Amino acid sequence: GASNLAGALRQQPFDSSEEKPQFPGASAEFIDHLEFIQPNVISGIPVYRVMDRAGQIINPSEDPQLSKETVVNFYQKMTLLNTMDRILYESQRQGRISFYMTNYGEEGTHIGSAAALDSKDLVFGQYREAGVLMYRGFPLDLFMAQCYANADDLGKGRQMPVHYGSKDLNFVTISSPLATQIPQAAGAAYAAKRENTNRAVICYFGEGAASEGDAHAGFNFSATLECPLIFFCRNNGYAISTPTNEQYRGDGIAARGPGYGMLSIRVDGNDVFAVYNATKEARRRAVAENQPFLIEAMTYRIGHHSTSDDSSAYRSVDEVNYWDKQDHPISRLRHYMTARSWWSEDNERSWRKQSRKTVMEAFEKAEKRHKPHLDLMFTDVYDEMTPNLIRQRESMWRHIQQYKDHYPLDAYAK
Amino acid sequence: SLTTAMAASARLLFRGAGLKAYTANVNSGAQSSFGTTLLRLSPNCSSQTKTQIKHASHFTYHPDPVPTMYGPTTKMNLFQSVTSALDNTLASDPTAVIFGEDVAFGGVFRCTVGLRDKYGKDRVFNTPLCEQGIVGFGIGAAAAGATAIAEIQFADYIYPAFDQIVNEAAKYRYRSGNLFDCGNLTIRAPWGCVGHGSLYHSQSPEAFFAHCPGIKIVIPRGPVQCKGLLLSCIEDHNPCIFFEPKILYRAAVEQVPTEAYTIPLSQAEVLQEGSDVTLVAWGTQIHVLREVVSMAQEKLGVSCELIDLQTILPWDTETVCKSVAKTGRLLISHEAPVTGGFAAEISSTVQEECFLNLEAPITRVCGYDTPFPHIFEPFYIPDKWKCFEAVKRLISY
Repeated sequence: GASNLAGALRQQPFDSSEEKPQFPGASAEFIDHLEFIQPNVISGIPVYRVMDRAGQIINPSEDPQLSKETVVNFYQKMTLLNTMDRILYESQRQGRISFYMTNYGEEGTHIGSAAALDSKDLVFGQYREAGVLMYRGFPLDLFMAQCYANADDLGKGRQMPVHYGSKDLNFVTISSPLATQIPQAAGAAYAAKRENTNRAVICYFGEGAASEGDAHAGFNFSATLECPLIFFCRNNGYAISTPTNEQYRGDGIAARGPGYGMLSIRVDGNDVFAVYNATKEARRRAVAENQPFLIEAMTYRIGHHSTSDDSSAYRSVDEVNYWDKQDHPISRLRHYMTARSWWSEDNERSWRKQSRKTVMEAFEKAEKRHKPHLDLMFTDVYDEMTPNLIRQRESMWRHIQQYKDHYPLDAYAK
Repeated sequence: SLTTAMAASARLLFRGAGLKAYTANVNSGAQSSFGTTLLRLSPNCSSQTKTQIKHASHFTYHPDPVPTMYGPTTKMNLFQSVTSALDNTLASDPTAVIFGEDVAFGGVFRCTVGLRDKYGKDRVFNTPLCEQGIVGFGIGAAAAGATAIAEIQFADYIYPAFDQIVNEAAKYRYRSGNLFDCGNLTIRAPWGCVGHGSLYHSQSPEAFFAHCPGIKIVIPRGPVQCKGLLLSCIEDHNPCIFFEPKILYRAAVEQVPTEAYTIPLSQAEVLQEGSDVTLVAWGTQIHVLREVVSMAQEKLGVSCELIDLQTILPWDTETVCKSVAKTGRLLISHEAPVTGGFAAEISSTVQEECFLNLEAPITRVCGYDTPFPHIFEPFYIPDKWKCFEAVKRLISY
């Protein structure tokens, strides 16, 4: 197991009596002919799948055999996220919120992985993992509060929409700079290991973010420092407009894992059970063996990158339609449920109606709320306000008292 | 290997002072491991020095008075005072970890000698050679509840971690609405000129970070300040960057309390009271200005007030402005280049606050706006003669 792997990668004891390589940097034999190692990109690491596109279990021994209740919950969380996405996307189009990013096509990666974790496991994300929070029970009111930056927002209205965070749900606040969370997750996992509380850390990122230097840092640190950490890469084919053949030339992201001495797997990201199984086993072993795992979930970004992007400028509608209509994580799970008579057209109709209603209620409530108090612009820069910041806050108030007609004061909490 | 060579030659430069400090510590109990190390290194040092020609040091270290309020003291140089602070921290805080490049064997400047043996390899460990990783890792460990003490081997190599410091560490608390923070992170880095460090072993990057709300930046002038300020940084609930003047690692020797104590952040210290000119600096430059204070008194009959700023961000405007309101004249000096240097911030603030008190334009004596050069170092640095000339002009304005 892990101890063998770790042992093999450690430096060999020096023994000059044998005719074998003594270089401290690697454990290998000599060869007597010139041969470059070929990257294997034509026939890459296989994609692990549990059910086919019609929701049929392919290999019964891989069926996680989840209860009806669990599976229906998966489905409801995925579809609730989808409903929230549609409403908030439209609200941005109408100028009611400033920005939004949907999760279309990647709902299965969120729910499947979140379900395989312990609720105390710490989550570091990129920005397209709202389903993880949804699965953990983050209230719709708080999703909306963050997007509207209203007085209920736990983040106090300081960040752009979809930059969620929840201390209670162990979901570290999202930030915009890509991949910065990757080495941070390694540090958090190292601290968790020292606490010895059977806690794992999971870190999500896209395939584009994996090109950042911080991804290299995080992979290498977590391997050498033996951190109980799951790296979860959402490979959805695009980083904004950049297709993967302009992002990398190796066999995706999964193929990089072994180079760092990391156990790695590639899964079908539209198969919630494949994602669940891989995450479950990676979590079990990461905590037991204190080593990192890499999961690359292959999927497709069905929506635009964000509300500031029109993806028809760089990819065909046909391509998008294939994934939306023929290979979608939500429809696949619905096939699975329908085949077991766990879900009917009636269930679907009433759930759609109910989820739309709850989202709209939260939406309307969030829109009516005041924005946070203006003083909150100055707090939390440091743990305590510095004299300099207190002066600047006073200066702002003096100014807006004098020019109050020129500022939208009424929108803010008093 | 470049950095190791650098550290070795840093040892060469200060072999006089360093050796004395070492010898004094061979039998001093808690610090005995330093002595052992020294004995192994010293023959090397003396054989290499014959081929080296060194410009005389640009400053004379003035030890602080022996602190009496924190219990027993031991003679320590600056690197030993760092070790002592780290030792106190690891002993009292079980979550504290120290990591970076080459810290396990004691560090290229000997700041972590003995700590791994004493506290375990899970608490004092080497990382891969990757500064952005070191700081990112430290942020994560701090966010998860550990006290994270990261070392960047030279301040010159902190820039790969600039994004993690500026966009992440500094903004962690603010952007999360105080749900998460990395306040238990401290980043230590050797800093400042060293006689022959050239472009990448001499830099003073504090002004780059001073433009970044959310972090604290601290620079000590000697072993007593170093230990007290470092312990304050480690205890502080905000991410701190602690720059250690590497030229002082061996050259600065004084009595330092062995137990833990703190010196408050964001407080400047008036080292010498005066009535004609205020001089402000930090780090090694304090010792340059101490000599300028004497020169000004002896040669010009001018009374200088000397202030060690100690914390660059958030800085102590009150102490500086109060002094300038009294003297009416201000000279700020730092090794870093003048344009965009932190003296500009001090100068502008004092001008706003003390306009009616100022009797001459505020003067900055700083490094030139060039990269830090190798063989031209004696001409580059804002030495005592440049500062003395500036005082002369301030007085005769």
